[in-house]
Amino acid sequence: MKEAMSDHNSSSEHVSSIGSSVAIWLALLVGTALTVGAAYVDLGPFNVVVALAIASIKATLVVLFFMHVKYTHEKLTKMVIATAIFFFLILLALSMADYGTRLWT
Amino acid sequence: MHNSSVATANHEVHDNPALLHHFATAEQQKDAASLGMWLFLVTEVMFFGGMFCAYLVYRYKYFGDFGSASQQLSIKLGAINTAVLICSSLTVVLAVRAAQLGKRTVLVFWLLATIVLGLVFLGIKADEYAEKFEKHHVPGPSFHYHELLPGQAGLPPADRRYANPSHAEMYFSLYFAMTGMHALHMIIGVGLFSFLTYFAWRGKYTPGYYTPIENAGLYWHFVDIVWIYLFPLLYLIDRHR
Repeated sequence: MKEAMSDHNSSSEHVSSIGSSVAIWLALLVGTALTVGAAYVDLGPFNVVVALAIASIKATLVVLFFMHVKYTHEKLTKMVIATAIFFFLILLALSMADYGTRLWT
Repeated sequence: MHNSSVATANHEVHDNPALLHHFATAEQQKDAASLGMWLFLVTEVMFFGGMFCAYLVYRYKYFGDFGSASQQLSIKLGAINTAVLICSSLTVVLAVRAAQLGKRTVLVFWLLATIVLGLVFLGIKADEYAEKFEKHHVPGPSFHYHELLPGQAGLPPADRRYANPSHAEMYFSLYFAMTGMHALHMIIGVGLFSFLTYFAWRGKYTPGYYTPIENAGLYWHFVDIVWIYLFPLLYLIDRHR
């Protein structure tokens, strides 16, 4: 039974260890505490930047480790994710290029 | 159940009852299901993306008023809810792990833990919404807003400036649209996990077939990621002033 199972896992699936999952979980909680703490420090225009940077690090940890993307052998999944991020950034960048330059209103 | 999972591993192509005839191998079937789930999540990124874009445009235009309105929210409740969701993501990871290892009762336990944490999140959210109704901070005919702009409390009363109520109303419209859509996704997630718990308890998922657990897990993590961005954007504007 055991042998058959490890055979199956090595061919297709990554089983995440409890230790590494708990480590990622702790990192996410620390990130949450950091983002609350940083909100009370006056960083001028960089408050938003720091908040979004911490959120993006947390999101990356979730995608890579909790959603198993780091261990997937399927390259299409990574391409689909990169495409989603790219088009989302186009949405934001082109919208702000418009609203940010309406100096006459 | 023991017998069937051994058979699954040894003669995957012929004997796996979960393998549909149009897939060559169970692995190919699994990859196709996973890719389909990711494509669905891409549409979700663009769905929430539209609201994030609207938020960005109005925050840029009404920065001070958004700061004022943001400070009406409780950081404590928002942070607790963030922690609750992060914990629920861990329980989902442990549920997927239990499914991969074929541990039925452990799987049911972590699925139930996820449902409980999801309900805790929704309960705290409902409490926050109730407070907004009491303070008339819900957009609509009874909306009322008379609060200072950030950093004005230390000034002499005559010099203090107040936020523009209609700009604050825009903030609360976005707040309810974004957290409401997020909460709807949580409710759907709790429903999904209830079905999964039932089928897991019946022993439907084996190390050879646990795609529904894996894909529902991807959905749950995605909803968690949306909240990871919503929390700083909605709760933490201009708190240092």
